[in-house]
Amino acid sequence: MSLFWITAILLIGVLIPLLTERLGRTVNTIFTMLAPAIALAYIISLMPAVFAGEVVTEYLEWIPSIGLTLSMRLDGLALMFALLILGIGLLIILYARYYLSEKEAVGRFFSYLILFMTAMLSIVLSNNVLQMWMAWEVTSISSFLLISFWSSKSESRKGARMALTVTGAGGLALLAGLLLVSDIVGSYELSVILASGDLIREHALYPVALILILLGAFTKSAQFPFHFWLPHAMAAPTPVSAYLHSATMVKAGIFLLARMYPVLSGTEMWFLIVSMTGLITLLLGAYIALFKHDLKGLLAYSTISHLGLITLLLGLDTKLAAVAALFHIMNHAIFKASLFMAAGIIDHESGTRDMRKLGGLWHFMPYTATLAMVAAASMAGVPLLNGFLSKEMFLAETLHSSALGFISWMIPVLATLAAIFAVAYSLRFIHDVFFNGEPKDLVKTPHEPPRYMKVPIEILVALCLLIGIFPNFMIGGLLEAAASSVLMSELPYYSLSIWHGFNLPLLMSVIAIGGGLLVYAYRRHLYRFQAQFKESDEKLIFEGAIQRLVASATSAHDGLNNGSLQRYIAALLLLTIAITAIPLINLDTAATHSPDQAVSGVEITAAIILCLSAIATVIFHRKRMVALITISVVGLIVSIAFARFSAPDLALTQLSVEVVTVILLMLALYFLPQKTPSESSPARVVRDVGIAAALGGLVATINYAFITQPLDSISEFFLANSKTGGGGTNAVNVILVDFRGLDTLGEILVLGIAALGIFNLLARVRLAMPSANEHGLAWSKDRHPPILAIISQSLLPLALLVSFYIFLRGHNMPGGGFIAGLITAVALIQQYIAHGVDWVKPRLKVDYQILIALGILIATLTGIGSWFFDRPFMTTWFDYFDIPLIGEIELASALIFDLGVYLTVIGATLLILASLGKLTSSHRPTSEE
Amino acid sequence: METLYVICVGVLTFCGVFLCLRGRTFSVVVGLTMLSYAVNLFLFSSGRLNLKDAAILGMSDSYADPLPQALTLTAIVIGFAMIAFVVILAMRARADLGNDFVDGREAPDSDKFIKPNKDKI
Repeated sequence: MSLFWITAILLIGVLIPLLTERLGRTVNTIFTMLAPAIALAYIISLMPAVFAGEVVTEYLEWIPSIGLTLSMRLDGLALMFALLILGIGLLIILYARYYLSEKEAVGRFFSYLILFMTAMLSIVLSNNVLQMWMAWEVTSISSFLLISFWSSKSESRKGARMALTVTGAGGLALLAGLLLVSDIVGSYELSVILASGDLIREHALYPVALILILLGAFTKSAQFPFHFWLPHAMAAPTPVSAYLHSATMVKAGIFLLARMYPVLSGTEMWFLIVSMTGLITLLLGAYIALFKHDLKGLLAYSTISHLGLITLLLGLDTKLAAVAALFHIMNHAIFKASLFMAAGIIDHESGTRDMRKLGGLWHFMPYTATLAMVAAASMAGVPLLNGFLSKEMFLAETLHSSALGFISWMIPVLATLAAIFAVAYSLRFIHDVFFNGEPKDLVKTPHEPPRYMKVPIEILVALCLLIGIFPNFMIGGLLEAAASSVLMSELPYYSLSIWHGFNLPLLMSVIAIGGGLLVYAYRRHLYRFQAQFKESDEKLIFEGAIQRLVASATSAHDGLNNGSLQRYIAALLLLTIAITAIPLINLDTAATHSPDQAVSGVEITAAIILCLSAIATVIFHRKRMVALITISVVGLIVSIAFARFSAPDLALTQLSVEVVTVILLMLALYFLPQKTPSESSPARVVRDVGIAAALGGLVATINYAFITQPLDSISEFFLANSKTGGGGTNAVNVILVDFRGLDTLGEILVLGIAALGIFNLLARVRLAMPSANEHGLAWSKDRHPPILAIISQSLLPLALLVSFYIFLRGHNMPGGGFIAGLITAVALIQQYIAHGVDWVKPRLKVDYQILIALGILIATLTGIGSWFFDRPFMTTWFDYFDIPLIGEIELASALIFDLGVYLTVIGATLLILASLGKLTSSHRPTSEE
Repeated sequence: METLYVICVGVLTFCGVFLCLRGRTFSVVVGLTMLSYAVNLFLFSSGRLNLKDAAILGMSDSYADPLPQALTLTAIVIGFAMIAFVVILAMRARADLGNDFVDGREAPDSDKFIKPNKDKI
């Protein structure tokens, strides 16, 4: 068997209760206990090895390349926690069987409980900090599910939410801290981290990592000032409170402190923060506990106080303090779990937990009362019980502390004060509940619980006594193993005996018990004093804070996101200006520029036309038809510019795209308003001109900056290999169909998708058909002038021939699939314009969607074809053939690829325009004809 | 020459951006078209302005940089597809919403001026 089986079995155990729920509560309980019992048996079987000093580690490679390994570790500390988790867990399951009523979803409850158990065990058994953190978060989530188990109650939901928020936020801090530590060490493995204490403590980031990890630990362990969530978590069913919120989950924070003790402790910062937090929590919890009328409230604050005590011990600068801390973890878990269970029984059998109503229960349930009294005495630190032993060790250690320098004497004094309150509230728990008069206004008559409900308490109380009387025999070995894995060095001398002679700690214990009796006797005065303070409800404060946060987030969101696209674009552009302008300011203007080339009059003229028509487009943009004409002039000049600057392919492409675009926009304009009303406020115009001018200036500057630099291009390769490797002399085309063929494939795919998208957008569109222009002038009835029809019809074969020629020569001369496709498309669109859709449709029986698919298929298959020759995807092949009469010609597989491009371009262009054009005829009102 | 070229690119960018910031779909479409001219010219110029030699092997001794040309070529075609899509989207928006505002509703500062004439044309 392996340690991984423990978590695996428990994970299976999560499902068991759900499956066996229908078999009845008792059978369900037995099956539920199966998985934890097996895990516990296995852990116990490993005890001798761990006691012998062995650290059981196991690894399971997951993603080794990035250092992610599932890894488990069982050392003394993990063993102690595992025993507590599984042992108390089993008792809790038994207890819950009687606590929950028949009507409740017991299966779900058990399932959550086992889930929590799995997570908690994974924390303590983890040898990888990320893995540990994951489990840590799962405990927060399962705790949330368990607190809100009675989800119909508002306080359950609120308490659960609060617990999740606080521990979840702490969990995030913990993650950051653990990542920092792992970064310092260079490994996520706990065994590596534990061995690099000095490295971490001397690192500059140590304080940050320490505080982050402590935040995680303190939120989980309900340390001041994060303690407020724990009392509200008491809205959970009592088995949950007993298990998660006193015995185990809240100890996860303590576990973390103990786990990281060898690495993080030993510095001034650690001692100061940890001991002070612990001390404040200890005092505050003990004091408030006295005033809680709710039994579980008292126990909750007592738990906070004891968690503070353990934290304080871990923050004291003696080795023995750490041993005492571990000892108290065990003792507290044992007596507090039994007290919670007793409180649950009282609640269950009498219907209330309010100590003002309870009283004199001794007469109704003497047996339970005895058990509860023993446990409460242990909590108070009465001799012969386990609580006494660890508390005395604690008091002794506070005497040796020098964490506060010259005022360190305050620590034992304050510790004694806390102990006085602890005695007082324990006394209150016993006296107010079991004696002190008669119960008032109870809904039912209290009685003893079912036999087996008491078994878990009996076992725990027996442990209290046994550990209290025979400490060395009971837990000596376990404590030693745990302590050595925390201290990772020679253990200090300590003796686990009841009697250490008359010494100062004993005196402090006596003072505590005497003082506690006095405080309890005069509690009325304290209550009156405390009643002067306004009681604040953390729940309201917390919910208020959350609501304020949500409100401010909502208003911030609404302020930014008001639905105005113009605003978003403006914001985006301003950001662009900011991030491009700043580097330009820092740019060295003296960088070498090559001189400008000479400018001829033609170029100046073209530039002036370009700029004027661009500006005219802006000026006349509200008269849409005019804007369309001026922008087509711009497009024309751009294609001339391409031709001028030695890019014939681009010029041809731009020209044909220009034609298609203008036709498209004209078609669209038919359906859209012909004019844009003037609606921008002057301020808006100024703003937009400012943004546009700044961006235009920046773009021009950047453009100038790089085109005047010497050219250092990777294109030498393409030029050198175009003929020999790609078989073509037109390097541009060879790049498109060969070197970067995959890019081209992607691009025709995009083209096809865009066309299909448009087809679908137009499929069910209902557009108003304008019957006249904006001046009320009806459209011409002569829709297809015969001259245009005849000319375009006779031009068609010529255009197709040209496009075919351009397609074929593309590999060696300007041309290729893109250009040829566009020319063909333009020629066909001309037929649509001249004759109308109804005329073309029966004559050109081509489904453009299929054409697009065919084109992409051909291109892809050409690429795949090279696989059959054991070549990578898209390897081209070419050869030269001598054909009689025609002469030598070159055949290249790239030509087939280009055919795919050609077909896709035709299909896409025609699909777009024909779909749009069809609207003009199919929906046209008949009255107009 | 270079100065003249970048001025043209700058002017095109200016006009394109200004039009993109208008509140009606058609202006934005025209703006995008303009902007794509500017972008294509910008990209193309990364191969420098070469007046003499196209990248056809064997036609001259030195060649213009073919790579930016190839990239710009596909950019032109894709740009067309994009503009077509936006145009159709604009039409669809008008059909579904009854106006041609880019926000799909009345522009924030439109009420001071002319109320949009919905589907009266």
